[in-house]
Amino acid sequence: MEENVTYTVEQVKSKISEAFPAAVKFESKAKPRRLFMTADKGSLFNLCKFMKDQLGFDHCSLVSGVDRCDRMQVVYHISSFSNNITAEIVVDIPRDNPEIDAITPLWEGANWHERETYDMFGIIFKGHPKLERLLLPADYTFFPMRKDCDTGRH
Amino acid sequence: MAEMWINMGPQHPMTHGLWNMRIKVDGETITDAEPVIGYLHRGWEKMTEDRRYPQIIPMSDRLCYGSSFTWSHVYCMAVEDLMGIEVPEKAKYIRAMSDELQRIGNHLMWLAAIGPDLGNLTIFLYALREREMFLDLFQSLCGARMTYNYCRIGGVRNDAPPNWDRDLVRTLDYFEKRMNEYEELVDRNKVFRMRMEDLAPLSGKDAVNLGITGPTLRGSGVKYDIRQNDPYEIYDELDWHMCTADEGDTYARYRVRMDEMRMSVQIVRDILKKMPKTGPIRVKPPRNAPVGTGMARMEDPRGESLMYVIGDGTDKPYRLSVRSPLFVILSASPVLLRGNKIADLPSILGMIDVCMGETDR
Repeated sequence: MEENVTYTVEQVKSKISEAFPAAVKFESKAKPRRLFMTADKGSLFNLCKFMKDQLGFDHCSLVSGVDRCDRMQVVYHISSFSNNITAEIVVDIPRDNPEIDAITPLWEGANWHERETYDMFGIIFKGHPKLERLLLPADYTFFPMRKDCDTGRH
Repeated sequence: MAEMWINMGPQHPMTHGLWNMRIKVDGETITDAEPVIGYLHRGWEKMTEDRRYPQIIPMSDRLCYGSSFTWSHVYCMAVEDLMGIEVPEKAKYIRAMSDELQRIGNHLMWLAAIGPDLGNLTIFLYALREREMFLDLFQSLCGARMTYNYCRIGGVRNDAPPNWDRDLVRTLDYFEKRMNEYEELVDRNKVFRMRMEDLAPLSGKDAVNLGITGPTLRGSGVKYDIRQNDPYEIYDELDWHMCTADEGDTYARYRVRMDEMRMSVQIVRDILKKMPKTGPIRVKPPRNAPVGTGMARMEDPRGESLMYVIGDGTDKPYRLSVRSPLFVILSASPVLLRGNKIADLPSILGMIDVCMGETDR
């Protein structure tokens, strides 16, 4: 990335839609310093790489899984220290085959977030260096944050 | 000599909470490390899916006993973002003021914790004594010492009590004098400095990629503070500057936290000057949240905390996801530890201010 180049939300938007015309869709929601978009499962890694290398998004804030019952979602919050923008990327993945590319090779800070999401939702992050149970014991056989996992409604 | 794995924890004076640091040692040198967490996992995120929105406020207080107000604050901000609520002006000031008082209290707790780690029991007693003054302030503000249950969706629970300004200014004046004493105790103590200086240096570029935030990041010379770069509440109207240090070693992280305490005092004084005297402190939130998402991030005393909430039209969140700053910093701790001696481990891990409640959730 070139040094000392900052982009506004609009510039980031146009650059991303130029590079990924079909795969990325922007949501109509608008807030200052926030960017909302949905991306394809297949193009997520390239989108993240583009954002990191070209647009200065250098910090992965959060990776969280969501169980929508008919599908799974992975939500990425990626922020930029130079642009002061936080982007929210929502990716839909099928529930019977929850696989997605890991972004840990780009941002080391996503390492434990992806491990935790695997731990809680059973989402497989391909290319993750160590995809093992993190918070729960290694011999657990279920994924507790899925909506069909009954906890006894405590 | 053969390498071997050693468990530092789960019960160890160094760990400050229930977790296990597995280290691989070659003689006295740490060649690899692996934090093992999960001992305190309560299923917090799953529990919230079965609670109504206001019921989660006291739960988020208990994410970390040291900085409970900031956690309920970030939760309330995320839900306000979801519900589209604008908080009254005065409530914003009260929240920011409580944040800063909480920051001082939390950093004092940290200072008390690293003292015995590094062989200085005096600073432990001094720091906890001064923390008590801030706990007393919180007690007069909201009735509780540690888990406040004070922030509300749409504002705060009550206005400041009578004579609040007077008590606050007195405490701050006294505390600023005491700060000089701490710095003499630590900064002019040769043993203390030998155990911190040039230890576990981390470059700014590495720190950013590892996801490190907060004082640990600013100790590596990266100028990033969410209060300034992504301002929430009224931080953009206040007169303050962020504290950084360029060295990137353990001592720099210590310096940043000490400077932040002074800066928090300055912020609180500025808030007292600018806070409106009258006005509403709370708006009534709707019972059910709309279908949609909300997100809020703020500068916790330990780093960037973020909450992401999904509403589905009912009075309970569909999903509430938490980013804990310590969760990410702990995942980066092997990088800090590799190549150092076992005796350096308490001082390296002490400077990242470990709190397991928010890490395991």
